[in-house]
Amino acid sequence: MRLYEQTAADLSRMLQSREVSSVEVVRSFLERINEVDPHLKAFITQTPVMALDSGGEIDARRMRGETIHPLAGVPVAVKDNISTMDLRTTCASRILENYIPPFDATVISAIKKAGMPILGKTNLDEFAMGSSTENSAFYPTRNPWDPERVPGGSSGGSAVAVATGMAPLALGSDTGGSIRQPASLCGVTGLRPTYGRVSRYGLVAFASSLDQIGTVSTTALDGALLMSLVAGYDPLDSTSLPDQIPDYSTGLELDLKNLRVGLIRYGRVEGFDPQVTETVTQAASLLEEHGAEVGEVSLPLTDYGLSAYYLIAPSEASSNLGRYDGVRYGFCSDGDSVEAMFSRTRGEGFGPEVKRRIMIGTYALSAGYYDAYYLKAMKVRTLIRRDYEQAFKKFDLLLGAASPTPAFKLGEKTEDPLQMYLSDVCNITDSLAGVPSLAVPGGFSSSGLPIGLQLTARPLQEKLLLKAARFFEEQRQPAFLRPRLEYLEGGGSNEI
Amino acid sequence: MPVDFGKEVDYVARLARLSLEPGEKERMAGQLSEILETARRIQELDTTDVEPTSHVTELPAVLREDRIKLSLPLNRALQNSPRREKGFVKVPRITASEQAEE
Repeated sequence: MRLYEQTAADLSRMLQSREVSSVEVVRSFLERINEVDPHLKAFITQTPVMALDSGGEIDARRMRGETIHPLAGVPVAVKDNISTMDLRTTCASRILENYIPPFDATVISAIKKAGMPILGKTNLDEFAMGSSTENSAFYPTRNPWDPERVPGGSSGGSAVAVATGMAPLALGSDTGGSIRQPASLCGVTGLRPTYGRVSRYGLVAFASSLDQIGTVSTTALDGALLMSLVAGYDPLDSTSLPDQIPDYSTGLELDLKNLRVGLIRYGRVEGFDPQVTETVTQAASLLEEHGAEVGEVSLPLTDYGLSAYYLIAPSEASSNLGRYDGVRYGFCSDGDSVEAMFSRTRGEGFGPEVKRRIMIGTYALSAGYYDAYYLKAMKVRTLIRRDYEQAFKKFDLLLGAASPTPAFKLGEKTEDPLQMYLSDVCNITDSLAGVPSLAVPGGFSSSGLPIGLQLTARPLQEKLLLKAARFFEEQRQPAFLRPRLEYLEGGGSNEI
Repeated sequence: MPVDFGKEVDYVARLARLSLEPGEKERMAGQLSEILETARRIQELDTTDVEPTSHVTELPAVLREDRIKLSLPLNRALQNSPRREKGFVKVPRITASEQAEE
């Protein structure tokens, strides 16, 4: 078995027992990237030299007998909207094409301190706005299960990198589903933590009341290991939660005897693939067979949630993206006046979806419309939170779909923004409520595309989500299935 | 009720400091009308006496001690600025010139 096919937990063990060196591990992933990425385009920037240097440094420290982090030497890929000092951070936008952050995001500082080599920066929808990674200003990323299909988005590059063994772990960000939906479409595990659980310092802002950094992994244990590293209080983020973090990675057995699970009934949500509904129902039965108490729960505001989200997120975005004016950083166009220079810079530097969201947000915040759109949407957000409070009085865990359909075709929704927005319908209300939510592989469609389950818990209950993900993993044979990449020589083995 | 965004596009684009090509404007007007029509569905909900949620964490405002810390050196802070000179960023003239005032 090749090193790039190992889980992060196994690599950690092999590194600690000195079965392998970090340089060997890094080299294996770099070779895999060279082989696979030209076909799938998961990375915007690759950092092989930096990764090998970092691996070499860890090997030297280990040889000297220094106490080092369990993940030291285990490489990671990072979504390209997370600031990395002296390493280009583009947000997949022309406007930041040459932006070199002079500082590290807090999660990057943690990763570097632990000695995890960074393999590169992964592709995304421009400024994380999108559900297919087609809104990248550079190129779309392709789904490894079917290269004619999208990987989901916006963290599509991170999901593809992990699904194909180009990285054992990745960081993504989730505003309205941007970790969970691509994880679902690529057949990996993706965790959106509780809002405030992982520092947002250095995450390029899209919608600040919703943005959250999270993990992409092949297994629940791997996600837990990375969460233990990146979660926790950060004085540099004023919305960071002060609560202690648990040890996410030990004691991951799910106690099914005392677990109440609410199976989400999607009322009048359109476009649900019956195979997705079937997969979710089977997952509920599985929990019930193993002793959990399963009931039905309705979150009646799900489709209103979508409407509220597409006012709140663009409103915050229109404000956050006001900073791109061509003065302090980024692309700059010409103009006789400051206003002309700003307008042209932004008109030429932003892609169509970013412009649409800036326009919606500016409109919703403008005089005469603020009350009817933005304020109303914030009130609906309160109603949605109440929905969840009610649901969590009866249930410990909510179970639903992580995406209404398996991966759709490239180009299928690019001309119809509203249809694209609807692909986040399962993910958005969790984001609005600020609760932790996780996508885990649930099965496959008849055409062999992954179908993801979504699990949601009370604030700060990430560990329960990881336990539940682990339970589903244990029920699967094999625990994790990789896509066979038939366009590569041999295709590679596909089991863990 | 459809939302006609056609008349608003120029005004909103100006507020957002976003220059749009003519074709882009038309396309956007259509798409935004459709999106806002869906977004308006929240009007169906009764939100009488409901407080808005702007943020989900109920944390108090965080204050820190007023202490001087190391900050970025000037050249680092300006390293990404596309037009700079002698430690300043350059922008087109902001104040009106005498000629323009005539």
